[in-house]
Amino acid sequence: MTAATERPEARRAKRARTTRRGRGAGDPTKPTMAGLILRYALLLLVFAIVIGPLLWQLSTSFKGPGEDLYSFPPSLIPQEPTFQNYGTVAEVVPVYRYAFHSLLVATGSVLTNVVLAVLGGYALACMRFRGKFIVLGVLLSTMLLPAEVTITSNLLTVNGLGLGNSLWGVFLPGAIAAMNVLLIATACRMIPKDVLDAAVVDGATTWQRIRHVVWPNVRGMASVVAIFTFIGAWDDYLWPLMVLTEPSKYTLTVGMAYLNSNFSPDPRLIAAGTMVALVPIIVVFSILQRYFFKGVQEGAVKG
Amino acid sequence: MRSHKWFTPWLLAGPALIWVLVFSLWPFVNTVILSFTDARPLRPAQPVGFAQYERLLSDEQFGYALITCLVFVVVCVPLLTILPLLLALLVEKQIPGIAIFRTTFYFPVVASAVVVALIWSWIFDSRGVLNQALEWMGLVDKPIAFLVDRWWLLACAILLTVWKGLGYYMVVYLAALGNVGKELHEAAMMDGAGPFRRFLNVTIPGVRGAMMLVSALVAVSAMRVFTELDILSNGTGGPGGYDMSIVMLIRQVGSGLSGNLGYAAAISVVLFLLTLLPLLGIAFMNREKKTKVPA
Repeated sequence: MTAATERPEARRAKRARTTRRGRGAGDPTKPTMAGLILRYALLLLVFAIVIGPLLWQLSTSFKGPGEDLYSFPPSLIPQEPTFQNYGTVAEVVPVYRYAFHSLLVATGSVLTNVVLAVLGGYALACMRFRGKFIVLGVLLSTMLLPAEVTITSNLLTVNGLGLGNSLWGVFLPGAIAAMNVLLIATACRMIPKDVLDAAVVDGATTWQRIRHVVWPNVRGMASVVAIFTFIGAWDDYLWPLMVLTEPSKYTLTVGMAYLNSNFSPDPRLIAAGTMVALVPIIVVFSILQRYFFKGVQEGAVKG
Repeated sequence: MRSHKWFTPWLLAGPALIWVLVFSLWPFVNTVILSFTDARPLRPAQPVGFAQYERLLSDEQFGYALITCLVFVVVCVPLLTILPLLLALLVEKQIPGIAIFRTTFYFPVVASAVVVALIWSWIFDSRGVLNQALEWMGLVDKPIAFLVDRWWLLACAILLTVWKGLGYYMVVYLAALGNVGKELHEAAMMDGAGPFRRFLNVTIPGVRGAMMLVSALVAVSAMRVFTELDILSNGTGGPGGYDMSIVMLIRQVGSGLSGNLGYAAAISVVLFLLTLLPLLGIAFMNREKKTKVPA
């Protein structure tokens, strides 16, 4: 994979080098010094716009009670750095319990989505059976359906199941998404037919084929599914807001909105709370970003 | 080669199929059915024909929600179709440190809309850094009350939606740009086309499909806006509820023991139809393109 992508790169660089003397500036593949500086300057500008608000909030969460939050120009370095806000915010609303609730729902969603999408994706991509195209059609058609359209009815269903105001109710409808099954099915179609047939000849059971042939081949796509599912569940707001009616059951996003609107608290506490919600997801994403960008590009090229 | 029993695929795909039927398809059918009734919680529903839809036509609140969402769509679509493309061109080239920039530009996408809206609501605050910056530059005498004015609140919500969405569509464009042949750029350059010409005549046609996809995706998600407006307005939908979005209205109308489920369902059906329009739009444009090509 890397070799294949690097080779044309190197060739292009060589070509650029040979043409440099001839025609000089204007070659899009040859980085001129001025062009490179301009590029980095623009990158840094966007970087500042993106990261600025986040850093500022991070800094606010460490500012002591005596510090002026409204000074201008805003100071990014806390004068009296303190962790105290992270304790105080938990006295107003139980943020860490909320974070735990979000973690439970997100982890559960990742597990069920990955496992069930691999099983379903494999069946839909590699097995022949009557009714397969009806199943595919059903899955595809529901992707046109925004979740907000069905939210009132889903709430009736979840309440009818006796799961209203519970984390199970938050988790259940998102336990497996059609989109993820289709993504894994796309990855499964790339597995050579011969490999799967060879496994059958060798007497591998369906389960063994999934475990030893399918899984190693779809791991990249499965990581994209896992990342998207975790982020989606961790960040979700509308659905938990509808399901959960008691503040003690809230997930982190609902809890933060609750903190903001009901206690009109110190901005330092809001900042601390938002960091509890933001930092874990940023860390998880930063660690997994390599798989993410690779998987997204593979999916886009193949899909 | 027959390698499995007839029921094996059904066992494997069963959970996904059941979930989609129970939590997507059935609720949709149920929503359509409810929209023709006067259903309320704890009361048997009576069919009322098109009464709920007729009510929509005369409901001012729905009119405001529709305007809010349409403004959202009309402003967000061009911004989030063009800016992420420029950003993708900026991070496309493999230069040292580019992975850090790409990853960072995706942070706002990863962040919860609630968190993003809370951070920005502080920036837009009457004592917030935006007002202070404006005063410092001498552009305003007294702070602008961004979050308690109908149009300013909408503008703020759009701004943070764009800020949050940039990275997402950037990645879509990155994938598309990978498929634009470098040869075309070089050929255009041979013909003496400058960077701007090449952008217009090579890059844009090359990512035309991606641009249509992105604009449709932006339009659909703008129509579904909820969290940004909910948090910025503290759940009120702005002064007089003028900034309520369609989804906010669905939630307000349909929730609680006195919720009017039939009316909420009718609004949901209208929302569904509105989100179909952009998709039909690109399907139509694709068809036009196909018929033109042979000519």
